[in-house]
Amino acid sequence: MLSTKAQDVLKKFPDAKRDSLIPILQEVQEADGYLSKQAIIEVGRHLKLSASKIYGVATFYNQFRFYKPGKLTIQVCRGTACHVKGSAKILDTIKQELSIDAGQTTKDGLFSLEVVACIGVCGLAPVICIEGEFHANVLPENIKNILDSYRKKVSQDD
Amino acid sequence: MISIDVNGKTVEARKEEMLLSALKRAGFEIPTLCYLEGLTPTGACRMCVVEVEGVPGLVPSCAYPVFNGMKVQTHSKRVMVARKTIVELLLADHPDDCLYCVRNNNCELQTLAATLGVREKVYQGKKNKYKIDASSPSIVRDPSKCILCGRCVRVCEEVQNVSAIDFTGRGSSTVVSTAFDQGLNVSSCINCGQCIMVCPTGALREQSYLKDVINALKDPNLHVVVQHAPAVSVSLAEEFGIKAGTDIDGIMTAALRTLGFAKVFDTSFSADLTIMEEGSELVQRIKTGGKLPMMTSCSPGWIKYVEQFYPDFIDNLSTCKSPQQMLGAVIKSYYAQTNGIDPKKIFSVSVMPCTAKKFEAERPEMGRGAVQDIDAVLTTRELAELIRLYGVDMNGLTTSLPDNPFGQRSTAGKLFGASGGVMEAALRSAYFLLTGTEMAELDIKEVRGMKGVKEAKVKINGLEIGVAVVSGLSNAANLLEQIRAGRNDLHFIEVMTCPGGCIAGGGQPFNANTDAVIARMKGLYKIDKSEPIRVSHKNESVLKLYKEFLGEPLGHKSHELLHTKYAKRQVVQ
Repeated sequence: MLSTKAQDVLKKFPDAKRDSLIPILQEVQEADGYLSKQAIIEVGRHLKLSASKIYGVATFYNQFRFYKPGKLTIQVCRGTACHVKGSAKILDTIKQELSIDAGQTTKDGLFSLEVVACIGVCGLAPVICIEGEFHANVLPENIKNILDSYRKKVSQDD
Repeated sequence: MISIDVNGKTVEARKEEMLLSALKRAGFEIPTLCYLEGLTPTGACRMCVVEVEGVPGLVPSCAYPVFNGMKVQTHSKRVMVARKTIVELLLADHPDDCLYCVRNNNCELQTLAATLGVREKVYQGKKNKYKIDASSPSIVRDPSKCILCGRCVRVCEEVQNVSAIDFTGRGSSTVVSTAFDQGLNVSSCINCGQCIMVCPTGALREQSYLKDVINALKDPNLHVVVQHAPAVSVSLAEEFGIKAGTDIDGIMTAALRTLGFAKVFDTSFSADLTIMEEGSELVQRIKTGGKLPMMTSCSPGWIKYVEQFYPDFIDNLSTCKSPQQMLGAVIKSYYAQTNGIDPKKIFSVSVMPCTAKKFEAERPEMGRGAVQDIDAVLTTRELAELIRLYGVDMNGLTTSLPDNPFGQRSTAGKLFGASGGVMEAALRSAYFLLTGTEMAELDIKEVRGMKGVKEAKVKINGLEIGVAVVSGLSNAANLLEQIRAGRNDLHFIEVMTCPGGCIAGGGQPFNANTDAVIARMKGLYKIDKSEPIRVSHKNESVLKLYKEFLGEPLGHKSHELLHTKYAKRQVVQ
């Protein structure tokens, strides 16, 4: 079933045509946090477009995601400066530590992992950003500690 | 008409047409990859670039309108370098495994690389690797071989109105895929295979059942029989360099025997059987106020299309199985009984111009218990492959007749291979069923030809019957929308999934242009003109089958073996 919030979005666009596709997808994502399969199919029905077409358009843009985000989103910068300072290794370490790929959420729903082109703080390279908090000059051996500190924080909050 | 200058020659062009069509008409060879006649030009591949005087860059001629006095160079140095570079770049992300490819020697990319003189790997780097999608019983997708021309996407959307696939992702990670990258088997794909027909490379191919057939032929415990669809005998010749439209029925039958099939049956026989059932069903629906308009059910792509997109029309579909399935059913019942063969030991093969028939044969309702009506479906192309594999010399064969009891056919049954054929055959017999006399003029010209929509009014016993014949599912969708909106002058509608009917099916020989498809169609009508038995209800073998086994059309036994039902189908749409 489509979430109530996503249904409300569609109600806001009663006679929409295909040129409203991207605004609708943006609003659905804002409401649900991501684009679910059901949402893509329903948006397709609403606009009389096939699911493959909606999926095609949505995958063209980096702004859309297709998985339910975790409680905490980790962004790994893969910009030029971070790359030179070893961000590929940082990304690999995080993937291993969490057993997920970029664009996925851990099974416990805690972390999701995103790769971003450049966060814009090249002086701090390599940099990762977890829920808006920046971690500068990260080393692969620090990753476990950083992630553990968030795990601890979340379990205390719960 | 306006005139343009091409390589120093004056060429006539139609106002507002695209440059490429003017160039082609004038006989200039322009290489293309993404271009498809009749569909929206996209200019995606840039192969057809030419130089136009006064225009700064090269222009894609497929998407560039002509203007009066334009001066065009089709093979200038700049153009040649550009075309060659395009192919080199495409090859940079293409697997170098032509020897192992299903399209080896029959690939547009390979041909272009050869024609343009590509002789070294200019660009080398990491290639994209994708999983092969073999989930569908009909079609296999191998995105690693895809060059992103988009022909399949456009055919699926514009011709078939299905849109099971589209471009996903962006830049170097763009890939043609289904919604959510799921298998074709759970997508809205109707298995028609028109995507395979337009694919310039081996990125799309049929799911092959050759191995199963070869293994069955080797198995001494199996009784392996084969049937071939009406459209196959007028198309197979092209695979062996014979002119399109040549009917090689007798040679093909001989070849099938040489390959080791115990019996060679003709699906046109069961096309006649279909007419007896479907014609009776139409008469019954008209007489008893049943659901009208009745719609044909021979084309399995169309059936899946209705189940997915127009389930409110399911009751309009004839309950008749397709000729392939009808013959499969009587082979494993009547034939098995009369010859004392255990149906479980019969391996029933069909040769079809179609990829959707592979899906149809696997439908769970197409059999009784563990016994499926049909065990393996080969396309026309796969049959040619089998013939070559076993070194059967098509020129050295003496023609052979098909086997009883399913070898005899009327020419009406043969017409099933062309759009309009089922309608013509059905009307000939419905007329007889309603009046007890034969139609004075058996040719029903209004329903013949390549047009996507054909309509006629036929008077039988003072009753005016409205009929429509459509091929290509976007045409079918238009008609269904008209009926939803209240149109009610039609009694009977023939729908073929592929434009022009089975002769242009997704399992047919490659490289057939419209002329070749028309030649195949003419081949069928030539047969209809030249033989004496032209109506299904005069097929002696069909009548004998009713007398000895089935009883009467729409009878108890017929319902059990020859009819089926459909249900709303949930897929990702």
